[in-house]
Amino acid sequence: MSSVRVLVGTRKGAFVLSADGARKNWQVDGPFFPGWEIYHVNGSPADPNRLYASQTSGWFGQQMQRSDDGGKTWNPIGNKFLYDGETGTHQWYDGTQKPWEFKRIWHLEPSASNPDVLYAGAEDAALFRSSDGGQTWNELPALRNHESAPQWQPGAGGMCLHTIIVDPKDPKRIFIAISAAGAFRTDDGGESWKPINRGLVSQYIPDPDAQTGHCVHRLAMNPSRPNVLFMQKHWDVMRTDDAGESWTEISGDLPTDFGFAIDVHAHEPDTVYVVPIKSDEQHFPLDGALRVYRSRSGGNEWEALTKGLPQQNCYVNVLRDAMAVDRLDSCGIYFGTTGGQVYASADGGDTWSAIVHDLPAVLSVEVQTLK
Amino acid sequence: MDGDATQATVLDALEARYPVLCGAIRDHTSKRRRPFIRFFACERDLSHDSPDAPLPGAVRGGDEPLLIVGAIAGG
Repeated sequence: MSSVRVLVGTRKGAFVLSADGARKNWQVDGPFFPGWEIYHVNGSPADPNRLYASQTSGWFGQQMQRSDDGGKTWNPIGNKFLYDGETGTHQWYDGTQKPWEFKRIWHLEPSASNPDVLYAGAEDAALFRSSDGGQTWNELPALRNHESAPQWQPGAGGMCLHTIIVDPKDPKRIFIAISAAGAFRTDDGGESWKPINRGLVSQYIPDPDAQTGHCVHRLAMNPSRPNVLFMQKHWDVMRTDDAGESWTEISGDLPTDFGFAIDVHAHEPDTVYVVPIKSDEQHFPLDGALRVYRSRSGGNEWEALTKGLPQQNCYVNVLRDAMAVDRLDSCGIYFGTTGGQVYASADGGDTWSAIVHDLPAVLSVEVQTLK
Repeated sequence: MDGDATQATVLDALEARYPVLCGAIRDHTSKRRRPFIRFFACERDLSHDSPDAPLPGAVRGGDEPLLIVGAIAGG
């Protein structure tokens, strides 16, 4: 029987939540790496027992961990993320130039075909790649050396490369997103990059044709349609049908279009999920009610999903990498909150229940579908 | 270890024996102490001493330890 394994990164450790395909009874393992910020845990589609974790702390910096047995045991791997060549400078919050400085790895994206190959998104923004199972890392420097890079500026959470999506039909095409530089695409495996932000509008950017500077929070894609991506931005939910050449707003009738997480149903490429957050100043749901919103029309028309979610006195946030979907026939949706809950729906969002209530603040959620 | 005992040479030896500590106490490239790590010995804070300055005699002689301590900072 199929099963699922939910990989949860939190402020104080990683957790692995496992269940069979019914997704009713859960085994909770962890915390792994207790006390450490686990920004991301992700599994290789090519070998589901191969997991990678980004383990970081203000005291001891960046560590990387790998499991070869589905998360039961872990071993440290390479943690040397060195910028290639001159580091250069980028804008700081006050408009001055500041040298690029490595802080942590935000996101790990294993290859679909090779368990030893994976990408890592860093703060300060850069893209790294390993082809030896994480023992060594090399930067793909063309991104950081893009002509616009000196104008990139951090978002409130740091200048992080937080989203990496590899086109399942063409591994040389990769989409990334940086707060607050925007979205970029390479068609040649990282040798060259172009900003793909046309159509994005941000109040704080007066130039409507600005190539970069938009605070993109998250991108999501259904693998069956690699030219179609959805974006949750710092205000606005957006959609592209041409691999980022142009974007249109699909916020429609959302009660608020600020938020961080966004994802797409595994089998219905026009079914999109967001978790609206009140505003950029108040990072919690409207009216103290935690609602996931679903559009079945690819955007614009949204319905609130509330059954099983707290509808009063709930002031948690859902961070950008904290939502995921499984690939079971009845697609499961999962998200974690800064209040330490991980919610799951086994029916595409119609009903929800909490797998766990009291974890440390959740930074990321991924889910593996296991046969 | 052979040679002078300084912060730098002690950390070189430590990292050679325990490679997982590389990058955890000092920056990979600059070899600067990570901001929230402190070095103490003989009841003194050595954190701002030059990494190449000889450690106190009692540490070199093995009578006192060099303490590498994570700062008791929030979080």
